[in-house]
Amino acid sequence: MRIWRHRLFWPSAALVVLVAVNAIARPQFLRITLQDGELYGALIDILRNSAPLMLVALGMTIVIATRGIDLSVGAVMAVSGAVALTIIDGSGDPGATGTVLVAVVVALLVSLVLGAWNGFLVSALGIQPIVATLVLMLAGRGVALLITGGFITTVNSAPLAYIASGYLTVLPFAFIISVVVITALGLVERRTALGVLTEAVGINPEASRLAGVRSRGIIWGAYMVSGVLAGLAGIIYASNIKAADANAAGFLIELYAILAVVLGGTSLAGGKFSIAGTVIGVLIIQTLDSTILFLGVPSAQSPVFFAFVVVAVVIAQSPRTRNALRALGGARRPRAAASVQDRPKVEVAS
Amino acid sequence: MRADTPPIVEMRGITIRFPGVLALDGVDFLLRPGEVHALMGENGAGKSTLIKALTGVYAVDDGTITVAGERRTFATTADAQAAGISTVYQEVNLCPNLTVGENVMLGHEPRRGRTIDWRATHTEAERHLRSLGLELDPRTLLSTHSIAIQQLVAISRAMVLEAKVLILDEPTSSLDRDEVEQLFGVIRDLRDSGVAILFVSHFLDQVYEISDRITVLRNGALVGEYPVADLPRDALVTKMIGRELDDLEALSRSAHRVIDRTGEPVLRAEGVGRRGVLEPADLEVYAGEVVGLAGLLGSGRTELVRLLYGADRPDHGRVAVHGRPARITSPRHAIDRRISFSSEDRRGEGIVADLTVAENIVLGIQARKGWMRKIRKSEQDAVVAEYIEALGVRPADPQLIVGNLSGGNQQKVLLARWLATAPELLVLDEPTRGIDVGAKADIQHKVSELSAQGLSVIFISSELEEVLRLAQRIAVLRDRKKIGELDSGDVDLDGLIDYLANEGKGSAA
Repeated sequence: MRIWRHRLFWPSAALVVLVAVNAIARPQFLRITLQDGELYGALIDILRNSAPLMLVALGMTIVIATRGIDLSVGAVMAVSGAVALTIIDGSGDPGATGTVLVAVVVALLVSLVLGAWNGFLVSALGIQPIVATLVLMLAGRGVALLITGGFITTVNSAPLAYIASGYLTVLPFAFIISVVVITALGLVERRTALGVLTEAVGINPEASRLAGVRSRGIIWGAYMVSGVLAGLAGIIYASNIKAADANAAGFLIELYAILAVVLGGTSLAGGKFSIAGTVIGVLIIQTLDSTILFLGVPSAQSPVFFAFVVVAVVIAQSPRTRNALRALGGARRPRAAASVQDRPKVEVAS
Repeated sequence: MRADTPPIVEMRGITIRFPGVLALDGVDFLLRPGEVHALMGENGAGKSTLIKALTGVYAVDDGTITVAGERRTFATTADAQAAGISTVYQEVNLCPNLTVGENVMLGHEPRRGRTIDWRATHTEAERHLRSLGLELDPRTLLSTHSIAIQQLVAISRAMVLEAKVLILDEPTSSLDRDEVEQLFGVIRDLRDSGVAILFVSHFLDQVYEISDRITVLRNGALVGEYPVADLPRDALVTKMIGRELDDLEALSRSAHRVIDRTGEPVLRAEGVGRRGVLEPADLEVYAGEVVGLAGLLGSGRTELVRLLYGADRPDHGRVAVHGRPARITSPRHAIDRRISFSSEDRRGEGIVADLTVAENIVLGIQARKGWMRKIRKSEQDAVVAEYIEALGVRPADPQLIVGNLSGGNQQKVLLARWLATAPELLVLDEPTRGIDVGAKADIQHKVSELSAQGLSVIFISSELEEVLRLAQRIAVLRDRKKIGELDSGDVDLDGLIDYLANEGKGSAA
């Protein structure tokens, strides 16, 4: 197998190119320094700042694998942050670790319930995922505002601030959360049959049902995972700004998460998914974000610049482009490894 | 209706090729004004392809289409519609969220100046509906009406388009008896007013009730055109199915094995049915027995096994497994009772195309074990290797994507998936359709061998020879109803065809 035929080749190449462009433009980009036993540098910032998007995108990957989509992740982030900060704000001792722990656990439970609600609409009631999660996407921020009483709740709590800004040993705590979640999902996928059953449900729901797969439970679970991870992302976000901002928290993050999943090579049609691909997709987006900042693109134009780069990456990844490139290179070969879904369907009517 | 009336549609030498398949091979077809003409043939015979050639869905590779004396080449369905050819499909192709009147008049609404005159639209629609004997408020939403009414609305719409040719593709498949009568009343009125009607149905009784003439296709070729009066039912069935003298005759007739039917059957179904799908039917399957289900496509054979497996929910009847009452309303329930079902729709309901051969084979076991307990790699490799060997899956590579295998090998993978779950009753719906002769023989041998070892099998096939060869007992279905059971030792192919066509209809014509 040639290396460029690996499904992660193009996403990885895009990431490497981005990093290289940055490194050439500003040599200090690659520099990582150790101060007081903590690592600092542009790369470390990217890893730390990517945590919320990373968590949301990982949940989104599982949901998309089941042929679904979760538009409510941004709203869940807002609710989660609102719940956590309202609890901390209302407690007698906002600075106590115990208070923050309770707040985090309650916020995650609420997020789990919200994810379960999405899963219920999709798997039990059979509502289209885009519609089902749209409900919470629209209602969620209202709920968050209700919880904070319409204000931006701000708190001053050292344990809360630690979540986004603190260091555990030499690495940022937020980055460690990302790593733990990635590892956990990877292990569950490898060590249990959940990965392959999720793919089966996403590729052919009816065949899976007839084969005895409990597809309803699998789909339901995917939305619950997405909910909890979005909740965790919401807490990191709130910790970063030390406030629960119901309108800004996770704004448009659902779209960036979908983008990260797609950049990572997982098809929106469901089925085959790649945790590693999504991780790379998130890093591409986060690096691009930092590149735009550094290059001094005027903030009004930065979405346009961002869009151009994304379009370029997506085009480079599309099977058609790759086939065309291969044909240009004269390396014509049967597409044995190509996905069956890519092949034109021959309709033979009776 | 007379043979000397000049035909409104004349198709000559129609040939259509799909990649690797000759779908129609020089077929002639004539349709005359004022006749109901049935187009008959088994699945894959070319009926739909011929209709799609006539309605502009497919371009013909060879041959000519003449409509009302004019040579035509239809590039789109709109062209065909403009030439007066309208189609009412099995699945109604109307807009459910518009009113009845809007659907009937769509695109032909009376105007007042530049805007649509809605009042006139609905009055006009009502007039059209009434001319078909339909008392229906045109302002009601289409989706609030039954499929039968929706179909009649679709016919009204065809009349608005001033159709001279009306194609009805399986119009009665989801109608009950009264609704069919209402539809037939409308068809007769239209016929008498000079409309040419092309009728496709798998229900033999209905074909004989409504048609004046029958054209039979088989394997993409024309068998012949016959006035109904000259074509008795058994002759029709024989022409549709044809006779294959294949190399499988050599297979020892497992049909002659003697089955011990004294104890409790593995499966006993009493009065299992569902309204509009299948009339209540009984079925018993004993240990080591192969029970064949014979019947034409749409006769209810697939419907029966889907109800037994819980793929669809029955609304009547009782089921007992080994004598113990069992409530089977989902595939899980069936699998837990060691019943497995391989669907006739291999691509749609069988294989998971993007997964590997190995993943597809262990899917059934894994689903039984649940997601927490992943089947160990060594165990998986052993199971997969065993079944690839036993069933002769080619290429014998467990890591291939199953969607890239040939149909016969996909079928073997499915058989492997089910056998790996160690079922006591295996339901095979058309396991040999569309696969090459070698794979077909392999699968038949395997079924015969496994049943001799005690596995119970329900075997469905359109090929009656195959059913006769494998099954000890044959349950015969027709028009969504089980009409009887035969001991395969007591009947030959002609007898079975005769039974299939005529039982309960008096003697053969």
